[in-house]
Amino acid sequence: MRSISYSKALSEALHEEMIRDESVFILGEDMGLMGSVFGLTKGFMTEFGAQRVIDTPISESGFTGMAVGAAIRGLRPVVELMYVDFATVCMDPIANQAAKMRYMTGGQINVPMVIRAPGGAGRRNAGQHSQSLESLFTHIPGLKVMAPGTPYDAKGMLKTAIRDDDPVIFIEHKILYAQKGEVPEEEYTIPMGKADLKRPGKDVTIITYSREVLFALEAARELEKEGIDAEVLDLRTLVPLDWEAIETSVKKTHRVVVVSEAVKRNGFASEISAQIMEGVFDYLDAPVKRVAAKNVVPPFSPPLEDCFFPGVKDIIEGVKEVIK
Amino acid sequence: MGIKQYGKEMALECYQKMSKIRQFELKAAELFMQGEMAGNIHTCVGQEASAVGACMALQKTDFITATHRGHGQCLAKGGKADLMMAELFGRVTGYCKGKGGSMHIVDIGVGMLGANGIVGAGIPIAAGSALASKIQKTDEVTLVFFGDAASNQGTFHEAINMASAWNLPCIFLCENNQYGVSVCIDRVCNVENIADRACAYNIPGKVVDGNDVFAVYEVVKEAAERARKGDGPTLIEAKTFRQRGHYEGDPQMYKTPEEIEEWNKRDPLPRIRTEILKARLAKKSELDSIDALASKEIEEAVEFAKNSPYPEVQDLTTEVYAVDNERSVIR
Repeated sequence: MRSISYSKALSEALHEEMIRDESVFILGEDMGLMGSVFGLTKGFMTEFGAQRVIDTPISESGFTGMAVGAAIRGLRPVVELMYVDFATVCMDPIANQAAKMRYMTGGQINVPMVIRAPGGAGRRNAGQHSQSLESLFTHIPGLKVMAPGTPYDAKGMLKTAIRDDDPVIFIEHKILYAQKGEVPEEEYTIPMGKADLKRPGKDVTIITYSREVLFALEAARELEKEGIDAEVLDLRTLVPLDWEAIETSVKKTHRVVVVSEAVKRNGFASEISAQIMEGVFDYLDAPVKRVAAKNVVPPFSPPLEDCFFPGVKDIIEGVKEVIK
Repeated sequence: MGIKQYGKEMALECYQKMSKIRQFELKAAELFMQGEMAGNIHTCVGQEASAVGACMALQKTDFITATHRGHGQCLAKGGKADLMMAELFGRVTGYCKGKGGSMHIVDIGVGMLGANGIVGAGIPIAAGSALASKIQKTDEVTLVFFGDAASNQGTFHEAINMASAWNLPCIFLCENNQYGVSVCIDRVCNVENIADRACAYNIPGKVVDGNDVFAVYEVVKEAAERARKGDGPTLIEAKTFRQRGHYEGDPQMYKTPEEIEEWNKRDPLPRIRTEILKARLAKKSELDSIDALASKEIEEAVEFAKNSPYPEVQDLTTEVYAVDNERSVIR
């Protein structure tokens, strides 16, 4: 099978959906002429025209709100926020408008829009360009949240997000853009709310998503050398959550480490941990362990950033804590 | 020329709509103060002419977005008094099945894309609707109602800038009712007219007497023609006055007796009534019977609302999501 990058996979998903459905259009900063800062929409403006690949001014609140308006009129806008950190500039259209329209109007309105936004640290971008803010969105009923960790998942999940009739926050990881992986030529989609068992194991379950999936797999390979057989469950979609996959895995291994690149306090790892405690406590042989970023601002200096968010070593330590 | 040029039919239609809105609001306020409704409501008494004048200049297929003070705007676009009253009562027969209340009325069928509880949030949504028309190459116009206070939100400037840059078929209609809750606009804005801000975006800015329904009609009609031709948006400021409090029960200590008296003289309802009579477009008895019919419709709306059931408890968790709702709300 051919191997392509995560960004190429996303680009293909956008391209194919724009051909498949005329109501899909793209708007965001530098999406048109430049082809986006990460190169995802190179050539799109020439192919689809400036009406469907829109270069916006730097007005996140304005153009995200406009996407809501276009979506309730039946179009399928795909908004790019250049960094997920910028979502705080436009939380009203996301949290008060897109998320709530359907419920508040008694189901009269659907808001079929996608907000793509790269999150995550590791690029020395410092405090305002390196956060993992998924729990801001998982906390708001009405939003769906996806966070792919591989090129294969990225492509299939983005296509699903675009076709979904609800607002989807699609969090990409900026470090993964260059990461390559197998992606078939033929059409496929990945269902919303379906986790993926990236590595089966019997001793402990590592539950994670996005870039930490790669760290978890590496940790599992290291642990194998020490005779520990770790299972890696990639959630892929955070809302709706694939609880069945979590439950099945916990009942099999009885030990859980939840790994997230977001800061630990109030992070999505805490939510998973709480749900496991409530749902399958009797199956646990050890308390659920969270491995997540320190509760600080993402730092700039490389040695600081490298110990800000969890890496392979932290995951291995976490596993050993629940297994001893 | 005066109002004679519009003819009897249109003059009476304006009067009928304004009368209905006035009576809806006064009845809602009365019922609210009697404790019949939960939450809070914002009435638009005194602002009927801008809502009606603007919507009279639009076509059925055009769209509007409304404000948190949006009952009149919805009725003016063709919304139904009974469905709105039932929503205010939190009943399952209401526009939003009781899930939205006063500030979230939507009636897609009449082109009413939504009231909004966040000041200024409807402005980009309307611009987005106009963008949708442009992308789909259809000829609808979208008009956004917003207040003087919303013109100080970033969303106003961002949306109007993009609408201008992209020539969107959008009309920005500011109902300047002088107050953002308790703060008079002249204390927080150093331009004389909000419409003056149009020059910053290189689009026409028009000030109009917001209590003169026909004046509003004229200026919106011109803006709609311009938008439909592809010549882009217009900013209109309709100067009016919020006769009642921000919310029902607001003691309004921030208003002076002089300004209240001054604006009462310009109340749009007696004004259109006098004009119609003076132009001999209708007799007093005809106007009285229009009032009586509107009153009957509102009474029936109240009866409908009161006799309607509340939503069932199980409705709490439905309709959050269009797809996979149950799984998405359970965890």
